[in-house]
Amino acid sequence: MSTRLDLPTLAWHRVSPKYLTAEFIGLAVTALVVAGATIPLHLFGWDYAWWATAAAVLAVLVYAAFTPRRIRAIGYVLRDDDLVFRKGILFQRFVAVPYGRMQLIDVNRGPLLRALGLSDLKFVTAAASTNVIIPGLPQHEADELRDHLVALAESRRAGL
Amino acid sequence: MSDEQYPSGPVAGPAPAANSAPAPETNPGTAPEAGPAPDEVVARTPAALPGEPVTALAASLSDGEWHRLHPASPLLKGGIALLAIIGVIIANLRERLIEMFVPQAGYGAGDPIDLILESGYLLPAIGAVLAVLVVLVIGFYVSWRMHTFRITDEVVEVRSGVLFRTNRRARLDRIQGINIVRPVIARLFGAAKLEVNQAGQDANVKLEYLGSGAADDLRREILRLASGSRAVAQHGAAATTAEGSIVDRRLGEFLAPELDPNAAEPESVVKLSVGRLLGSIALSGGTIFLVLMIVAVIVTSIFASEALFGLIGVIPAALGIGTFYVQRFLKSLRYTIAGTPDGVRVGFGLLTTSNETLPPGRIHSVKVSQPILWRTTGWWEVKVNRAGHSSASGAAGQQNTTILPVGNLDDVRRVLGLVLPEFSAEEALAMAETGMIGRGTDDDGFANSPRRARVLRWFSWRRNGFAVGPGSVLLRKGKIWRELVIVPHPRLQSIALSQGPLQRRLSLAAVYLHTVAGPITAQLGAIDADTATAFFDDVAAAAVSASSTDTSHRWRSTEDA
Repeated sequence: MSTRLDLPTLAWHRVSPKYLTAEFIGLAVTALVVAGATIPLHLFGWDYAWWATAAAVLAVLVYAAFTPRRIRAIGYVLRDDDLVFRKGILFQRFVAVPYGRMQLIDVNRGPLLRALGLSDLKFVTAAASTNVIIPGLPQHEADELRDHLVALAESRRAGL
Repeated sequence: MSDEQYPSGPVAGPAPAANSAPAPETNPGTAPEAGPAPDEVVARTPAALPGEPVTALAASLSDGEWHRLHPASPLLKGGIALLAIIGVIIANLRERLIEMFVPQAGYGAGDPIDLILESGYLLPAIGAVLAVLVVLVIGFYVSWRMHTFRITDEVVEVRSGVLFRTNRRARLDRIQGINIVRPVIARLFGAAKLEVNQAGQDANVKLEYLGSGAADDLRREILRLASGSRAVAQHGAAATTAEGSIVDRRLGEFLAPELDPNAAEPESVVKLSVGRLLGSIALSGGTIFLVLMIVAVIVTSIFASEALFGLIGVIPAALGIGTFYVQRFLKSLRYTIAGTPDGVRVGFGLLTTSNETLPPGRIHSVKVSQPILWRTTGWWEVKVNRAGHSSASGAAGQQNTTILPVGNLDDVRRVLGLVLPEFSAEEALAMAETGMIGRGTDDDGFANSPRRARVLRWFSWRRNGFAVGPGSVLLRKGKIWRELVIVPHPRLQSIALSQGPLQRRLSLAAVYLHTVAGPITAQLGAIDADTATAFFDDVAAAAVSASSTDTSHRWRSTEDA
């Protein structure tokens, strides 16, 4: 018997499908770097150097194969008084953060995300372990969500 | 506010006048009327003159005007280094000094003073020494004059620095704790360090140094202003040390109990005897390590008799553990804990004393734990997570997070009642006790791990569980190292639920209650997945409703004047 965690009553907002492109490009770069790391083996003339390179690239490819599912598993819901965030398939994680607990909101854009018109949104509380980062939101949505969350936090302000 | 007039504001009051200023009459019966009146008399006197009855002046320190620190502050802060330098110089010149009194004792030629005398640079040399001294004294004086603070209804503010000015302002309703530290040397001068802890890295406001009595009074005033209480200030109510000579007063302060009987309950709720302290240290985890190490050395010397190299590795470790023992012992001596209307007061220390007040609602989680060797004696340790971090280390040499270094079950009950007001009720305390010593049965109020969790929690699966208590969550863990974590609902930052592949096969899950960082991680693994999901929903809702009704940032704002 096994029970998969779920909060079935919630209608999850998922991240933009375009975020998958960003992840794939990132993984392609990772594959190149990993392959590059095996160059010294070739230079030393090790017999199995090609195997090492292939294994490294294969590991990245296997990880990439699960990426679409991994991204589909990321979701968030704005409930009346708190934000619920989920991620992970093998290692599932759900976090509920009351709006009043917000200390600040970060909206980050790397060059790749900016080219795709996406942003990462980070919800920071007084506890470091809260660690809620919603990746791959369309830029305008991230800005709206940020302003919305700040307004909600303002109306529910509490001490630490 | 006359802050623009600096330095010709109230702080510039002439010092000699203060010595002859009559101390205001303190009659408890007329305290409310006397409230505003003494301001005119004492507000224009410096913060604390050495040897003056400072307590009478202290109430005026919180009148919203700028004040200066104890005049001996520069000496206490930087003067120790100066003394050391003078000591080194004297030590180097000792042969010359001997020569002065015992002629022909003979000393090695060519020391710097000989050079100066022979080359006729005596006057310039004396001039240079004097110049350095004058510059130092002026520097100390200017830095003392430029270092001012004020306490208003909203903020505590400090301005300091001569070339590089700093100005730090902290909101009173964000105070996480107020600590008064009295280092040995400062105690001899009758001075104390007052530190207002705020959440955040290096965010404390320090007042180094104040008169010893003034620090106590100022803390009470800051707490009164911060509490949002509408009660009238009791100016000069604690002018108890005003009589007697300077020596008597210093002696009185030196021997005084850490808790002011007027402000706190006269008795600490926990008596920590020296015997118990020594016992707790002897039975701490370090001892297990030490014993294991000794066994390892003996074993190696038996099987490899030529190799006593093991011993060489052991000596520094043993020294380290020994130092830790001594530190822990000295730091925990004279430990007191008592409740005041403005929060818990924890004091400790033999020579350097520390005495901290934690206002209500500043404790983010509590852990009651029992190292295995303490099981036989029934001792427990209580730690807390808190947002502010005092720069002074606490009991047992750790950060000020150990609220009770060692105590029995009754002590823990009393301490819990102080740090978590909900736990002064018998029902809640019974629940906490079940959390501490309960073996884990189906009907003990805790939702425990199911039997299938024994794969992940070999010994503790019966005990491993949670309960929702009054305004808080209780997590019970550990069979061998017993542990109870209590997180008050209004302090919860967020809550997480997680499940890995192994837990999924067993239909188990883990919950995490996130609070500010500290020695406690409120985490409970291997509980039933459905129970965990329900717990996640319930606690998330409870945290929201608790934090919206929480008024602990102005903890006395709801009570009547």
